[in-house]
Order: sequence, then structure tokens, then C-alpha cells
Amino acid sequence: MRFDYNTRYRDSFALLRHTDQRIAYGLLALVLLALPWLASTYFVGELAYVFILCIASLGLMVLTGYTGQVSLGHAAFLAVGAYGHAWMLGQGVPLLPSLALAGLMCAACGLALGFPAIRVSGLYLAMVTLAFSAIATHVIGQWTSVTGGFTGLAVADPTMAGFSLGGPKAFYFLCLALLVVVLLGLLNLLRSGMGRAFVGVRDSEAAAYSLGIAVSRVKVTAFALSAGVTGLAGALLAHHTKYLTPDAFTLILSMELVLMVVIGGLGSLRGAILGAMLISLLPTLISRIKPLLPDSIAKQFGMETFIFGLILALFVLYEPAGINGRWLKLRALVQSFPLYRRDTFKRTKRYMKSERYK
Amino acid sequence: MTAIPQPAAMLEVRDLALSFGGVQAIRQLAFDVFPGEVLAIIGPNGAGKTSVLNTVTRVFDASRGSIRFDGQELTGVQRHAVAALGIARTFQNIELFEAATVIDNLLLGRHRFGQGAWWQQLLRTPAVTRIEESSRAAVEEVIEFLDLSPWRNTLVAGLPYGVRKVVELGRALATGPRLLFLDEPASGLNPEETRRLGFWIDDIRSDLGITVVMVEHDMSLVSAVSDRVICMAQGELLATGSAREVQNHPLVISAYLGS
Repeated sequence: MRFDYNTRYRDSFALLRHTDQRIAYGLLALVLLALPWLASTYFVGELAYVFILCIASLGLMVLTGYTGQVSLGHAAFLAVGAYGHAWMLGQGVPLLPSLALAGLMCAACGLALGFPAIRVSGLYLAMVTLAFSAIATHVIGQWTSVTGGFTGLAVADPTMAGFSLGGPKAFYFLCLALLVVVLLGLLNLLRSGMGRAFVGVRDSEAAAYSLGIAVSRVKVTAFALSAGVTGLAGALLAHHTKYLTPDAFTLILSMELVLMVVIGGLGSLRGAILGAMLISLLPTLISRIKPLLPDSIAKQFGMETFIFGLILALFVLYEPAGINGRWLKLRALVQSFPLYRRDTFKRTKRYMKSERYK
Repeated sequence: MTAIPQPAAMLEVRDLALSFGGVQAIRQLAFDVFPGEVLAIIGPNGAGKTSVLNTVTRVFDASRGSIRFDGQELTGVQRHAVAALGIARTFQNIELFEAATVIDNLLLGRHRFGQGAWWQQLLRTPAVTRIEESSRAAVEEVIEFLDLSPWRNTLVAGLPYGVRKVVELGRALATGPRLLFLDEPASGLNPEETRRLGFWIDDIRSDLGITVVMVEHDMSLVSAVSDRVICMAQGELLATGSAREVQNHPLVISAYLGS
């Protein structure tokens, strides 16, 4: 059992509060830094892709997990980020400014989508974002002078101060560094006033208004922030795929992002990262398992989609709090070891809300 | 002998009307709230009590009439700007942030005092840490006032109903209001919790100097803490006066029991 003994308020909101946390995250950092020299080149490349999807998933988590706004169109922000970045690199903009500008450009798109989208919520919001995604893909397909249309657009290798970052190791570190920066920034935002306002808007708009939170402004901010982070991931994704075509950013990609945040556990950054890891490594896992299965099953078309669906259904049924929820339960079990109460996390019925007004 | 001068009203409601299509929730309502008093609004179901509260806190737009708070017209103020004027409220069906801890719920009450610029929050500058610490100190005062310390880091979703009611009261207090609206604060509480609530309301008025307007059905609480009582029925004012006067008013009796 662990009891906090804080002598200052700032002790209670430090990021790493306990020695064991510091040791665990220090070890994780060491492993991540050493990994490119220990693992195969293929695996390092694969990990860079996982990091990119982690950033995208973090972006969606801010919007869906923290602010409660569903988006089925986040692939469009990945696309805008990717194409914007590729185009700017082609115009001779250096790597880091181009990455930042791609993120800002997506944030502007997020603002543009956010203003009309916040007028609706729930299912209708999902439809609006879906429509946005369809329009964005269409525009990218038609605007051949900038995007190359359906013939595609080649992406220049990332270079910084004359060094190429296109190799698997260098690109791995670029993605890792940006993931850490994004993660720290979001951690800071979400434990400050802005993050609390997000949660307030998600859990009760009526109460948020009564506390002086400008609900519409908070929602639009969440849209812009989420789009910006996702756009940054899109810019990195451009380097990963090296060649952009509009059909890489379909509804399936948006759905995978939604799966990541839901399976990871809504309302937790750890969940976003765990979910992204699971979903992005799942195809590799499935292809590893395939040879072990009988031919009649392994040759079936749509295996991956089936397994994605199965996993989502199982999580929704048995663990709505996602992987993060599982993790918290496991941790509580270990921390309280001989004294763990079996029904600590038993789900109870919610109190009825009969008077929800906007 | 001169009469004791009446203090200027803090909240003046005049000629207020609210209709939803053909339904008139409030018609021709006028009343005053004086600084330093506890005013109770009673009335049968559907009398328009909560609608009055919702109109003052800008959830609904009044169809007609004026609401002045410290001389400032409220009917044109944006809904989220009401808190900045020093008006706080609780809700009939608890509206807490369920997936957040008690401390985060209370800290959200401090939102109106500023949280630092977005880039300061992003970088977690020392200024933001100081703001967080001072918000935390203010919230700890509320926690102490309402005896919430056992629940400080508990998620609201895991709290019993009675505690949630207190947390919601605490969140309203954390906004540092001058005028506090309580919408049925005692509903769902047991007699002991109701009595504790009565003491708190008294302390909120006397020690914290906050004017309280409460919509309440529990007449034992109303008679224990309120200075003045307003009775409404069908959107209109029936009677005002002390709890005893209102309870014995013939119109009030006929509204509750039928004539």
C-alpha cells in the first residue's frame, strides 16, 4: 500500500510522483534509446510507424476521450498534414518548420471544421466529420496541381542541417522525439485549466456553463488542438509511406484511429498509446499467426477486419474502460496486494439523469 | 420613529415571463433578493421555480421582463459570463463531472479566476504552477468547510448520493459567488444530512457572507434557514413573507391542497 505524504501542493501534481515511477519510466527511456541497435531494421521501421500512430491517436484522444466529441474524419487531418508537409518540403521549406506548419495548417482546418461541427453532437457530429473526411479526400484527389491527384506525390527524404534522417534509425529517433514532445505538451495542458475545461464540457455542459466555461470555445479549441496534433502525425506518416495517394486516407484509417482510442480507454493518454500500439501491431501479429492456422481459415478474405471487430466487441462488452482500465486494475491489485477487495471495480448502475438540458 | 431603511436589492426581477410555445412557465413574476438573506422559493410541482432559476442563470431566454443583478441587466449576458458576475448555482439532478475526482470538480469551480495563457499551460511555466497552487489552496478551504477531505481524490462516479450533493455545493462555493442558487439541495438526503445542510446554508450566509436563494420542498429546512419565503404556483407569485406566514396563507393552502 502506498500513502502520499505531500508537504506542498505542487508535490501532488508533479508528473512523476514516486520513485518507482521514475525508475520505470527511466528504464523505458533507456530501452527505447537502445532499441535501434538491438532490434532488426524491419522492427525499428515498424516501431517508427507505431510512434506516428501514437501521435495521431493522442490527437484524437484529446477530442474524443477528453472533450467527448466523436470524430470519424480524422484520416482527413492525417491527409492534410501529410500532403501539406510533402508540398512544403517540395517548395524548399526545411524539415522542422515544415512539420510545425503542417500541424498549424491542420489546426486551422480543425478550426474551420469545428465552428460548424460544434452545433451538433453525438451521431450527427460523427456524420459531419465523416462528410468532412469525404470532401477532403475528394479535394485531394482532384487538386492535381498540388497533390498529384490519384497518380500520387513523392515525398522528399527528411533532412536536417545537411544530415539525412531518412534511414530507419534516424527516422525512429525523429518520431520518438516528436512523440515525447507531443506527449509532454498534452500532459501539461490536460493537467491545467484547459484540460479540466475539456473534461467539464464532456461530462456536463450545463455545469460547465454555470462555472463560466465558454463551452463552444472550448469545443472549437479541442478540435483545433486535436487536428493540429493529428496533422503532425500525418506529416511524419508522409515520410513513412514515402509516396502519397488519396486512397491511403480512407474511412478505414479513421475507424482504426477511433478503435485505438476506444480500445485504449477513453479519457487517458496512456490508453491512446496502448491502443495505438495494439491496433498498429495487430496486422503484423495476424500475419505471424496465419501460418499456424489451417488453410481454410488463413486464406479467408477479411481476416484482419474480422479480428479488429472481434476485439472491439469484446472490449466494449467486458472492459469499456479499455486497456488503460485493465492496467489500472492490475496496478491496484499489485499495490494493495494482500488486501485487494474483489469488487473494487465492480460496475454499478448510474443515477438516472432526467433533466439534461443544453 | 423612522423605519429601518431597506437595503438596495441585490437581484431585482420585474415583469418576468417565460413561455415554451403555448406553455407559460413563468408569467408576470416580480421579486427582489436582498443582500445577506436566505430566500426560499416553494411551490407545487410545475410552478416554475426551477424555470426562474434557469432564466436568471441564462439557461433560458426570458420571453419578457428584466432581471437586474447589482443594477446590471442579466437578460443579455452570455450564459457562461454569469459566473464571472458572482452568481453560482447547483442543479436539481446533480450535474457533476463524473469521471473526474472531487478535487478536479472543485478546481473547475475556480475556472473563472483564470488559468494562464494556453502556451503557459502547454509549457507548465512557474506562473501556471503558482496559479494551480493558489486554486488548490482556495479549494482546500471549501473542502475543510464542507468536511470533504475523506473524498478528496475519489472519482465522483464512486460517491454516494449524499456526498455528491455536498460536492456540488462545494463546487458552487469554489467559484467565489456573491449570490448562490440552490436547486432542491435537500432532495434525496436523509434527515440527518438535511440538518447538516441547514447548518451549512446558515454558515454560508453568516460566515461567508453569500446571499442564498434556494428552491426547496422540505419545509423543515425552509423554516429552519430561510429569512423569507416566496410561494409560486403556475408561474405566478402567490405569497411572500416568513415561512410561517406563507404556510398559513389561504392562496398557498389552496394551491397545494385545492380549494
